[in-house]
Amino acid sequence: MMPSKVVPLKEISRVELVSKGHNGCPGCGMCISLRQALKGLGKNTVLAIPAGCVPVVAGGPLPLAGLSVPTILCSFDATGAFIAGIEAALDLKGRKKGVNVVGFAGDGGTADIGIQALSGAFERRHDIIYICYDNEAYMNTGIQRSGTTPYGAWTTTTPVGSLKHFKRESKKDMPRIVAAHNPRYVATASIAFPGDFIGKIKRATELGGPSYIHVHSPCPVGWRFPPDKTIEIARLAVLTGMWRLFEIEDGQYRLTLKVPKRKPVAEYLKLQGRFRHLTPADIEEIQREVDKLWEAQPA
Amino acid sequence: MAQQYKSWKDLPIGAVVPGGTCYLNKTGTWRVSKPVLDRSKCTKCLLCWIYCPDVAIAFDEENIGIDYDYCKGCGICANECPVGAIKMVEEVESQ
Amino acid sequence: MMEQLTRSGNEAAALGAKLSRAEVIAAYPITPSTFIVEYLAQYIADGELKAKLINVESEHSAMSACIGASLAGARTFTATSSQGLALMHEMLHWAVGARTPVVMAVGNRALAPPWNLYANHQDSIAQRDTGWIEFYCENNQEVLDTIIQAYKVAEDKRVLLPAMVCLDGFILTHTRERVDVPPQDAVDEYLPPYRPEHFVIDFDRPLTENVIVTPAWYMEYQYQLEVAMRNAREVIREANRDFAKKFNRDWGGLVDSYFMEDAEVAIMAMGTIAGTARVAVREMRKAGHKVGLIKLRAFRPFPIEEIRKLGSQLKVLAVIDRNCVFGSGGASCIEAQSALYSIPNRPKVLGFIAGLGGKDVGVESIKYILNKALKVSETGRVEREVEWVNLVGGE
Repeated sequence: MMPSKVVPLKEISRVELVSKGHNGCPGCGMCISLRQALKGLGKNTVLAIPAGCVPVVAGGPLPLAGLSVPTILCSFDATGAFIAGIEAALDLKGRKKGVNVVGFAGDGGTADIGIQALSGAFERRHDIIYICYDNEAYMNTGIQRSGTTPYGAWTTTTPVGSLKHFKRESKKDMPRIVAAHNPRYVATASIAFPGDFIGKIKRATELGGPSYIHVHSPCPVGWRFPPDKTIEIARLAVLTGMWRLFEIEDGQYRLTLKVPKRKPVAEYLKLQGRFRHLTPADIEEIQREVDKLWEAQPA
Repeated sequence: MAQQYKSWKDLPIGAVVPGGTCYLNKTGTWRVSKPVLDRSKCTKCLLCWIYCPDVAIAFDEENIGIDYDYCKGCGICANECPVGAIKMVEEVESQ
Repeated sequence: MMEQLTRSGNEAAALGAKLSRAEVIAAYPITPSTFIVEYLAQYIADGELKAKLINVESEHSAMSACIGASLAGARTFTATSSQGLALMHEMLHWAVGARTPVVMAVGNRALAPPWNLYANHQDSIAQRDTGWIEFYCENNQEVLDTIIQAYKVAEDKRVLLPAMVCLDGFILTHTRERVDVPPQDAVDEYLPPYRPEHFVIDFDRPLTENVIVTPAWYMEYQYQLEVAMRNAREVIREANRDFAKKFNRDWGGLVDSYFMEDAEVAIMAMGTIAGTARVAVREMRKAGHKVGLIKLRAFRPFPIEEIRKLGSQLKVLAVIDRNCVFGSGGASCIEAQSALYSIPNRPKVLGFIAGLGGKDVGVESIKYILNKALKVSETGRVEREVEWVNLVGGE
C-alpha cells in the first residue's frame, strides 16, 4: 500500500474548474468540497451529478453552467449506474486512458436512494471514482433526515417536539459499507483538510477504480450555524473524533490524521443549532459513542 | 442569458450548454458584509483561497485579491485567516 | 446469400442488436426476455460482437447505464419485460429528455399481482406517455428487422428519441420460426455508426448536459419532444422504405394493411394477434365478407394519418387490445377513436379487450369479433363499446 500524500497548499492546482458566479449558498461546504475535488481530479474528468445541491452550482439555470469539465446531470437514484455506463462507453471507444469518470453525489443520493446503483457499480468493479459529499441531510429539499444524519440532530423530519425529539438512530457508516465491496480505494476526507482530501483524490486517480471518497461537508443552512463557521466546524468534527480521516487501499486500513488528544464533542455540537436541544446527558451519550468507536477501530 | 432564445427552435437539444459560464452571474450582489484584506498582515498562506466556496479569491506571485463581483460575503476567509489579515465590514459602512 | 434458420423471438432480437452493432448493453434478467441478453453475452464471449455488457443490478440501473453510455457516444441496447419495464419508468422519461436513442426489446408480459408470465401489452402501454417510440411485432422476422429499423429511426437527427421493440412474451420470445438473417455488410450500409452531436465529451470544450430550466423554457423543451415524435412518423416510413428496398421485406411503416382495398369492416390489432387476424380475415373473405386488417406496427407515434385514410372507407372498425386502460377501454382503441373523430365519414369503433395474461386469442375469437362488427355495420347500432372477449363468466 502506498499511502496518499498530503498535497501542500502551494502545490494545489490553481486551475479553477468551478466557475465563479454559481448559485451555491454563502459558506456552502459542498461548494468547497466540489472545488477541492476538481483540483485533485483535473480537467480530464467526466462528472455525473444527481439531484441535490450540486446541480445548483453545476447546472444552470439555462443557459449557464458552473463546471469546466464535461458534466451530466443524472437522476437522483442512479449515479453509480450512469458512471458505469459512461465508463463502459469510453472504454469501448478507446477513450478511457487518463480520464476520470466520477460521480459526485450527496449523502441522500449515496447512502439512501442511490445505494443500490452504487453497490452494483462497485461490485462490478468499474473504473470509476465516486465522491460523496456528506452534509448529513437532504439539504436542497429543505433539511430532511437522511441515512447519514447523525444521532441527536434536528431536521425538518426529525423535529424536536414535546413527545419526540431529534434523530434517534446513528449515522449510516457508508465508507465501511463501500469498503465491504473490496474496492481499490476507500477514503474519508474533510474540507477543512484540503491537502489530505486532494491527496486522496489523486491517489484514487492513480489507482484506477472503483474508488470511493466520502467528504464531510458542513451546511450552514441545515446545521444552523453562521456561514463563516463552515471550515471551523468541519475541522472540529475531525478534532473531536466525530469524523475520522482514514483510507483503505486494497483492504489495508490507515488512519491518515492522528488526533493525539481528541477535543470534547460538545465543542463541535454547541456551535450548531441542529444540536441546540441536546441535554448534557445526550451529549455525554454521544461522547461515549465516539469514544467507543475510537477504541474499537485501529489507530 | 436565457433571453437570447427567441423560440423553442433555438433551445439546445437536451439542455446542453457550454460549461463554466456562470461567471455571467454576478453573485457579489448577495453580499451583506464584505471581507477586507490587510495586505501588510497577509502571509500568503493561501488558506483563504482554498477554503473559499465561491472562487472569489485569486492570487499571483505578489498579491492576493478578493473578487467582489462574486464574493457572497460568507466570511470563511476572515474566520480562517491565521493572522487576522481579513476583517468583515458591513457593506453599508464600506461604501 | 442469406442465412436461413429457425430462431426464437429472443434470438431474433439479439441478432437484431448484434447486426446493429450495439456497443454497450446493460440489462437485468427477467422472464421472458432474459434470453436476449444471454445470446448477446455469448456473441461477445465468442468475439462475434465487439460490445460491453454491463450486468447491472436492476432494470432501473440498466436504463441509467444505457443513458450514460449513449451520452458518452455509444450505441446502446437493453431488453426487459413487465415488472422490469415498470421499474425503469423513471429512466424512460430520462432517456427521452436526454435525447438518447437507446433501443430496447420488450418481451411483453403481464404485470403482477397476481403473478403471470405471459403475453400482455400493459407493461409497454403503461409507458406510452414517456416519449418512447413503440413498435409491436407480429413475428420473429419482424423483430429482427424492426430492431435494425428502430436504430435508424431513433438516431435520426430529426427524431433523436429512444425506441422500444415489443414482442409478445412466449408467443414470440420462446417460439422458433424461420428468420432470414441479413448479411452484416448490408446492415452496415443501411445503418451507419452512431455519431451524437448534441452532447459530446470534449475536455477542451466541456459541455454540461441537462441543465436546470426555468418555467420560461420547460414547455418549449416539451414541445421539442412533441416535434421529434411527430417527425418520427415520416422517418419511420422512410426507414421502412429504405429497408424494403435493401432487404426486400416491407413491414408497412407505421401500419400494415391486409385486404383493406375495399374493406367495409376492419379489425385493428398489434403484435401476434395481427398474425392470427390475417387467417381470420382470409377465411371471412372466402366466405364473401368485405373485411380487412389494420396491423398497428407503431403505437407511438400513433399513425393518425394512416388510420384516418384507412378508416374513412370503413363502416366499422373493431379494435383488439391486449391491454386495458381501466375505467375506459383498450389503449389503441381510444387512440383510434381519437384519430377518427374529426373526419367526415367516421366509422363506428368497437373496442375488444382480449388475450390478457396470455389467454389464447384464436382465429375463432377474431371471427367472433368480426361478426359482431359486421352486425353493427348492418344495423348501424352499437350496443356495447368495449367488450372483454373470452371472459370466463361473461361481463
